[in-house]
Amino acid sequence: MPHDHHDHLSPSSHPYRPDNDEPLSYWQTMEIAVRELLIEKGISTAAEINAQIDAMDARSPADGAQVVARAWTDPAFRDRLLANGSDACREMGFDIGALHLIAVENTAQIHNLIVCTLCSCYPRNLLGMSPDWYKSREYRSRAVKEPRKVLAEFGMTLPEDVQVRVHDSTADMRYVVIPARPDGTDGWSVDRLAGLVTRDSMIGTGRVKTP
Amino acid sequence: MSDPTFVRVKTMMPPGHIRTPAYLRGKTGWIERKLGPFGNPEQQAYGLPGDLLTLYRVRFTMAEVWGDQAERPQDTLDAEIYEHWLEPV
Amino acid sequence: MTDFDGKRWHDMGGDTAGPVRPSEHDFALWEKRVDALMVLCSTKGLFTVDGLRRAIEDMGPDVFENTTYYDRWIASINQNLIEAGTYTLGELGAKMDAVAKRGATYGEAASE
Repeated sequence: MPHDHHDHLSPSSHPYRPDNDEPLSYWQTMEIAVRELLIEKGISTAAEINAQIDAMDARSPADGAQVVARAWTDPAFRDRLLANGSDACREMGFDIGALHLIAVENTAQIHNLIVCTLCSCYPRNLLGMSPDWYKSREYRSRAVKEPRKVLAEFGMTLPEDVQVRVHDSTADMRYVVIPARPDGTDGWSVDRLAGLVTRDSMIGTGRVKTP
Repeated sequence: MSDPTFVRVKTMMPPGHIRTPAYLRGKTGWIERKLGPFGNPEQQAYGLPGDLLTLYRVRFTMAEVWGDQAERPQDTLDAEIYEHWLEPV
Repeated sequence: MTDFDGKRWHDMGGDTAGPVRPSEHDFALWEKRVDALMVLCSTKGLFTVDGLRRAIEDMGPDVFENTTYYDRWIASINQNLIEAGTYTLGELGAKMDAVAKRGATYGEAASE
C-alpha cells in the first residue's frame, strides 16, 4: 500500500492519517501486543481479525440510504421500519448483528437529531463508522442543549414552526433518521433515490441531496 | 390514544458507570415507549451479570430540561432511562 | 475538601463547549484493528461494552484531551482483558517490549 506524504488526501478525500510511517506510539504498541497475545492464546486468529475489519469496511451509509429509499417508496415497509427498525433492516438482507435500531421520521413539522452525550453510540452496523465530529466534546455537549445553533453550524436553519426532536442514545438502542423525501423525485427507483440520501441526513445534521 | 404516563428521573448521584445523564436528573417527562428487558449496565460494567430491567424511552420538553435557556421550549429531548431511575409523578 | 457533585467527565450533555468542527478522517489500519478486537472480544464474551465504557470513564477527565478515540479504546480493551484474566500484565509487558524492539514505526513493529 503506497505511503503518501502527510498532506495528500486519501481516495475518499479525507485527510489521510499516516499509519505505517509514523513513529510507533505506546497505544499502537499495545494494540500489536494485545492482538498477538490473543492469537497466541488461541482466542482469535489473524484471519478472523482481518475478516472483521473487512466486514466493518463493507458497512457504509449506502446501506442506510437503501433503507430510507425503500421507506420512501413502500409505505408498508415504512410502517414496519418505524415499528421495529432492526427487523426491517434484516428483512432487506443487511447483516446488522445485535443492533437494536429505532428509526425516527422527519416530516414537514418535525426534524430529528441524534447524539450520544455519554460516549458516542452510533448505528455503526447500519451506517459504518461514525465521523469524528459526532464523537467530539462540542457535539456531545451542545446537541442536547442548543440543537438549532449546532444545526446552524452545519449550515441548516430550521423555521420556528418546525419542532426539533433530539434523541440521546443513552442505553441499548441506536437511532437512524428517515429524512423527508425531496420533491421532484416521482417515479424514481429505490437505487436512484438512495443516491440522494447522505450520511448526515440520517444523523440529522444534514439534508438529502435534491434532484 | 391513551394518556401519557409522566415520570420523574431520580436525583441520586452515585459514582460509577451510570447511563442516566446528569442533565436529566430530577426532570419530568413522559414515557414514549417501553423497551427491553436489557441487562443492567451498572452491573455488567463491573463483570457481574446484569439484572434484566425494563428500559423506557422518556420524552422531555426542552423547557423542562433547560428552563429559560431552551432555544424553543416545545422542542423535545428523548432519552432511554432504566426503570430503577424513574419514579411516578 | 475537593468539590465534586457526582457528575463525571464523560457525562457531557449540557456542558459549555465551542463550535462543532466538521472533522473526519479515514481510519488507520491500527485503529481498524482496535475496532475489530473490540467487536470480536465482546462477541466472544470476554467483556461487555459496558465494561469498555466504564474503563474509559475511569481514566479520568484529562484522557479526552490527551488521547485519541482509539488510544482510549485499546487501553480499555486491555484493561478489560486483564480483569478477565486473558493474559497477565507481565505477559503484556514482555510482549510490548518485544514489539517495540522490532522497529520505530508501526509498519515495522506490526511485522513479526
